[in-house]
Amino acid sequence: MHPVLILLAQRIALGLLLLWAASVLLFVGTMILPGDVAQSILGQSATPVSLANLREELGLNEPALTRYFSWLGNALQGDLGTALTNGQDIAEAMGKRLGNTLFLAGTAAVISVPLAIGLGLIAVRYKDRWPDRVISSFTLATVSVPEFVLGYVAVYLFSVQFRIFPSLATIYDGMTFGEKLWAISMPTLVLVLVVLGHMMRMTRAAILNVMQSAYIETAELKGLRPFAIIARHAFPNAVAPVVNVVMLNMAYLVVGVVVVEVVFVYPGMGQYLVDHVSKRDVPVVLACGLVFAAVYIGLNLLADVISILSNPRLRHPK
Amino acid sequence: MNDDLSRLIAALDRAGVTRRSFMGGVAAVGAAAAIGTMLAPDAAQAQTPKKGGVLKLGVGGGETTDALDPALADSPVPFLIGRIWGDTIVNVAPDGSIEPRLAEEFSVNEDGTVWTFKIREGVKFHDGTVMTVDDVVATFKRHSDENAKSGALGIMQGIAGIAADGGNVVFTLTQGNADLPYLVSDYHLIVQPGGGVADPNAAIGTGPYKLTSAEPGVRFAFEKHAEDWDTSRGHFDGVEVLVINDGTARTSALQAGQVHVINRIDPKVARLISQAPGIKVENISGRGHYVFIMHTNTAPFDNKDLRLALKYAINRQEMVDKILDGYGGLGNDIPVNAAYPLFTALPQREYDTAKAAEHYKASGHDGSPIVLLVADTAFPGAVDAAALFQQSAAAAGIPLEIQRVPDDGYWSDVWNVKPFCASYWGGRPVQDQMYSTAYISTADWNDTKYSNPELDALILQARSETDLAVRTDLYAKIGAIIHDDGGVICPMFNDFIDAHSDALAGWSIDPNQELMGGHIASKTWMA
Repeated sequence: MHPVLILLAQRIALGLLLLWAASVLLFVGTMILPGDVAQSILGQSATPVSLANLREELGLNEPALTRYFSWLGNALQGDLGTALTNGQDIAEAMGKRLGNTLFLAGTAAVISVPLAIGLGLIAVRYKDRWPDRVISSFTLATVSVPEFVLGYVAVYLFSVQFRIFPSLATIYDGMTFGEKLWAISMPTLVLVLVVLGHMMRMTRAAILNVMQSAYIETAELKGLRPFAIIARHAFPNAVAPVVNVVMLNMAYLVVGVVVVEVVFVYPGMGQYLVDHVSKRDVPVVLACGLVFAAVYIGLNLLADVISILSNPRLRHPK
Repeated sequence: MNDDLSRLIAALDRAGVTRRSFMGGVAAVGAAAAIGTMLAPDAAQAQTPKKGGVLKLGVGGGETTDALDPALADSPVPFLIGRIWGDTIVNVAPDGSIEPRLAEEFSVNEDGTVWTFKIREGVKFHDGTVMTVDDVVATFKRHSDENAKSGALGIMQGIAGIAADGGNVVFTLTQGNADLPYLVSDYHLIVQPGGGVADPNAAIGTGPYKLTSAEPGVRFAFEKHAEDWDTSRGHFDGVEVLVINDGTARTSALQAGQVHVINRIDPKVARLISQAPGIKVENISGRGHYVFIMHTNTAPFDNKDLRLALKYAINRQEMVDKILDGYGGLGNDIPVNAAYPLFTALPQREYDTAKAAEHYKASGHDGSPIVLLVADTAFPGAVDAAALFQQSAAAAGIPLEIQRVPDDGYWSDVWNVKPFCASYWGGRPVQDQMYSTAYISTADWNDTKYSNPELDALILQARSETDLAVRTDLYAKIGAIIHDDGGVICPMFNDFIDAHSDALAGWSIDPNQELMGGHIASKTWMA
């Protein structure tokens, strides 16, 4: 069997194992939260009788282990259950939110990844000269400021003062694609600024590492233009570390943007999860956690696979 | 009318009302006297409502978990949504009187046990069907059913029978209750076709706007109901409710012109926002109040002197100034204020270190720190308020220890469980409801664990008393008992603070709830 296939199979098996471990952690985590879902649903109006009735109705009296395995079994068949609080089908409600999150993350990625790599290449080309310094200090500044501060500054400048972009990123069915893009212009801007620095600096560092090699010197002696050397000869050999960082940032865009969602009132997964955690809606919390874990593990898996495939020694074994 | 005017002046004195909303209110009183209908204030302002436009509201207090079923509404967004698509049989008017809606008129027998409401004819639901008396009966029956988990269940429990009688709905009560019209004005009790039994979440009602799209926790859209029975309301072509839970996002959306109205402004920033161009802040003292509650059956709070010591050891004026930034009224250790009908003011309890120290000594407390539990969720600024309380008590020689606990689980593990903690009450339309909910010894939410047979008897007596003078006197007695002996320390009543841009006209004051009692979409129009 081809060694790459074996490596891939190993990675995927490991990913599934991780995902299962995450599901156990999630379940245990929801068990140790204070208060219970019946209490949270009824809130101030809880009476002992109504609490007991609701617990019975929701199956909360069954042992935890039984609940875990019945949930896992259903989840494996694609049935994530219904939300305890409002009875909506979780897969359907979450699917919409996940779509929104992926839309925002995708837009930010489409802009930030080429931009970061391009800026990285430029920084290497003009190493230690003013373009390099401007790019490096600007991206370092944006990555250092917390994203909610960037968000509020952007809202103040672009929405309140100059009224260029909308401060609310609410999107809903019935909007055209263009309207949706317009609505998410501000959160996209903030997310791009947040992830740009990390990816750009990694690109720059990885390429500079390769630039010391003898074959780069050969290329210079052949008289190639500096940018062609960087883009065509140095970059392909620096892909592995860059891909890793890009994937980490993609994962962040999907699972770590709760704060940005709150600032711009974006109907994504983060807000959905937070609402249900505060109501102790365990099935929804588990489903969201599982999706987040799957995205994180999946993207890292993809990064590994690309790194492996970008290594000629693994692609062409003797 | 003179009563209304003096009430408005009293509101102004309580520092709750800005000059502008006060003037709007005066106009409202004048017009109501002249024309005698509820929508007349608009005419008095020499403006006829302009038709058209889409009202956009940025509202905090909605979640992904919200259902459309009015029985389950328990937060600001579901409350407002219900007001937009539905009607109750009567409303509480801004001046505290009862205003007929789906019921045209009502009457009561002598001892207050049988109430008859005449139901309006020819009212159409959004789906085109005509509302019948049976729909109204079915609605009330659904809310009486424990399985519906209605927030109005407590109200319905005092009603023994609901029956249709020709064009009337007749309520038979287990015991006389002079406040029944106030109780059935509860915002959960929206009349739905067939009582909403078949599909409680359909959001089909008789309100001024039809729901066209609902995404809980995100956005709700409405269009004008062309066959609305009340042609004097609903001036917009459509209404859009955007859920914006983050306070900063809400204010910036208003400033950026993306919404016309927002609710729940933090008192700390209200003054700043009122200075922004094109934006008006509207505040009105309501019935909501912030409290520190002591369990009167648990040591050391079972000692009346210790309770009094703590009541004298809190600086109420400082709390109103620093926690509410002046947007509120002084509390007086009773859960009611001048916003309630039949209210009698007691002498204001002042911050008095000498009296506090005296009562503290008389209580014989051992001097160990008294633990006060607090979390941010108890009320906005609760942690700061507790710190102020600790300082003012220390000046009287009373050691308070503040234990800050997480928001998560506060309402299940701390409130109504621990003997001394911070909390809030949204208030109720009438005094009886407030006392029956939280001060009668048998109430589930008797969160001060107060048990006093004399108080229980007075509350029950006042409930069925139809003579207003006697009733007022009974409520004064109830207030005095809780003020002196009860377990509640009430430092302040908070204002409802909303803001709107000058694109909106027709704002009028309503102390019943935020956003003009929830009726903003019915009563305002585009400037």
